[in-house]
Amino acid sequence: MDLTDADVTDILALLDSLPYDEFDLETSSFRLILRRTPGGWTQSAELRSAPAPLPPASPPAAGSGGAAEAVGAGEAQAGEAEAPPDGVDAASAPSIGADGTSTPTGGTGAGADGASGVGGTSGAGTGIGRGDMGIGRDDTGELVAVRAPLPGTFYRAPRPGAAPFVEVGSRVSAETVIGIVETMKLMNSVPAGAAGTVAEFCVGNAEFAAQGATLLRIRADR
Amino acid sequence: MILRRVLVANRGEIAVRIVRTCQRLGIETVLAVSAVDADSVPARQADRTIAIGGAGYLDVEAVVGAAVAAGADAVHPGYGFLSENPRLARACEAAALVFIGPGAEVLEAAGDKVAARNHAVAAGLPVLPGGLVQGADAARLAERIGYPVLVKAAGGGGGRGLRVVLEPGELTGAVAVGSAEARAAFSDPRVYLERYVSPARHIEVQLLGDGQNVIHLGDRDCSVQRRYQKLIEEAPAPRLGETLRVGMRAAAVALGLHLKYQGLGTVEFLVDAERSAFWFLEVNARIQVEHPVTEAVTGLDLVAEQIAIAEGRGLRLSQADVQFSGHAIECRINAEDPAAGFRPSPGTVTSAVFPAGPGLRVDTHIQAGSAVPPQYDSLLAKLVASGASRAEALARLRGALARCEIGGVATTVAMHAALAADGEFAAGGVDAGYLGRWLERDSWSVRDKNG
Repeated sequence: MDLTDADVTDILALLDSLPYDEFDLETSSFRLILRRTPGGWTQSAELRSAPAPLPPASPPAAGSGGAAEAVGAGEAQAGEAEAPPDGVDAASAPSIGADGTSTPTGGTGAGADGASGVGGTSGAGTGIGRGDMGIGRDDTGELVAVRAPLPGTFYRAPRPGAAPFVEVGSRVSAETVIGIVETMKLMNSVPAGAAGTVAEFCVGNAEFAAQGATLLRIRADR
Repeated sequence: MILRRVLVANRGEIAVRIVRTCQRLGIETVLAVSAVDADSVPARQADRTIAIGGAGYLDVEAVVGAAVAAGADAVHPGYGFLSENPRLARACEAAALVFIGPGAEVLEAAGDKVAARNHAVAAGLPVLPGGLVQGADAARLAERIGYPVLVKAAGGGGGRGLRVVLEPGELTGAVAVGSAEARAAFSDPRVYLERYVSPARHIEVQLLGDGQNVIHLGDRDCSVQRRYQKLIEEAPAPRLGETLRVGMRAAAVALGLHLKYQGLGTVEFLVDAERSAFWFLEVNARIQVEHPVTEAVTGLDLVAEQIAIAEGRGLRLSQADVQFSGHAIECRINAEDPAAGFRPSPGTVTSAVFPAGPGLRVDTHIQAGSAVPPQYDSLLAKLVASGASRAEALARLRGALARCEIGGVATTVAMHAALAADGEFAAGGVDAGYLGRWLERDSWSVRDKNG
């Protein structure tokens, strides 16, 4: 159960005549704390009862487990969004950091590459090692990661069916938009942040990217 | 038919809201949940949950499949997602489920903005000069309407897909981009033009109908908007002449009768209060985010009324039964950072302290530990303050906002507190451009308060 606003108001009416400044009601299914402040009462509620799942309509593959775990596989990765990697500065978009080496932009403090677990390179055939394997530099220039400024869905094109913003091999300037990250129904365009050539994609189109996840890598101009 | 078990096909605060009324009415609730919502507050509150796969809350087949598997006899779609989708209404009918909302024909009429406009004309409502862009006639149409014009998506709504065109040179580009965006967002490339009126207020009338009879539940002012997204709503609309108010309410009822409206719906108007003129904008064929301000001044439970209509019981109220008393103001508390251009702020709520007391209502789905996932919109809570007068409601709102403390994610609380203290807002009757001007002027104070 939970209490309605009318219930809370009734409790407050009782409390107003009593000398107490705090009311803490705790049961197995919920907790309600009411506090008297100089400006009036505050409430913080916590519903503790566990959800009671029914079996899903069409159990997904390998679904002999409990109903609570039997969720659509395609959505499983979304849970990562609840725990953005530490050390990623949410206030600077995009967060650009070198993989293994320092960069001219001075981007430090970014979380370890690959912390997001968002996988899959779509830029196959480039022969470039992943940054998190410690290979951040080769003969032709430094690889710079372009990271998701916010957790969200990565789109490579401005709209379905349109040509991608950039492809592997595209020349980019720092201002070139390389894709869109959709967060909370808002579209955020992501600039390359460095001049160079697109070396590889690390997140596929319409895939989920955690905050700070490497979307693609740019071979920076020297 | 008496509903015994309802599938709630939504999330967030509106899921909590619907579950609460169902439980009060003795109706069992099954909440459809996506993976990230499996342990949400509404999931804990509902009697049962059922996982939906596919495209989740946007997947007609997944929703109907979940309702059937759950043994539900009705589907409540809430707002957003599939709430105005005629395909869901039809799929429910085919599966012998009650869709808690208008029929598919009304959803089609309301969802196609050009069709809705034509219905409004047929029902005798004033509309702005405008029309559908067909082929290369956009320039001639715009000349006839007179600049500035607004480019709107025929399949759009809710403030999405709008573009202001100030002069002829910008028209072709705006129509092309608007059409491409409309195709991507609504799978419908059609755009239409309407005269752009500014300054203007955004006022809407709440309707309730049973297919034969239609009544109104008063008006709401939703003029405090940023980029066509509402942030503060109030009922009744302040500083509105009685002739205008009566005229708008009658016009909304006339459109409802013309559509043989069944269920809860809203008719939105653009209002030039100075010249005492109003024009039809669109019909929203669902419960709206801002419905609590109407509940506060009428004493009605709009979800209960929706359910009564869906059960086929007919209107339980006559127009004379609807009594208005007092004033209510709602603030939408979003997980956005106004100091950083309203940047979305998903994450985990670490603390959630809300105000409590007479005249206050908080509709929320967050508590300490709640996830605010990046996949969904940013609404965290609605704080509604009401009182015998607008001044009393506003005073309560100011006090209440000062006691609101949400930790772990950035929120719009401090901005609302600053707005509630602004003299222009306090005077009442601001136009839709007010918030933009205020943000320009007052951005520093908001920044300071957010640290």
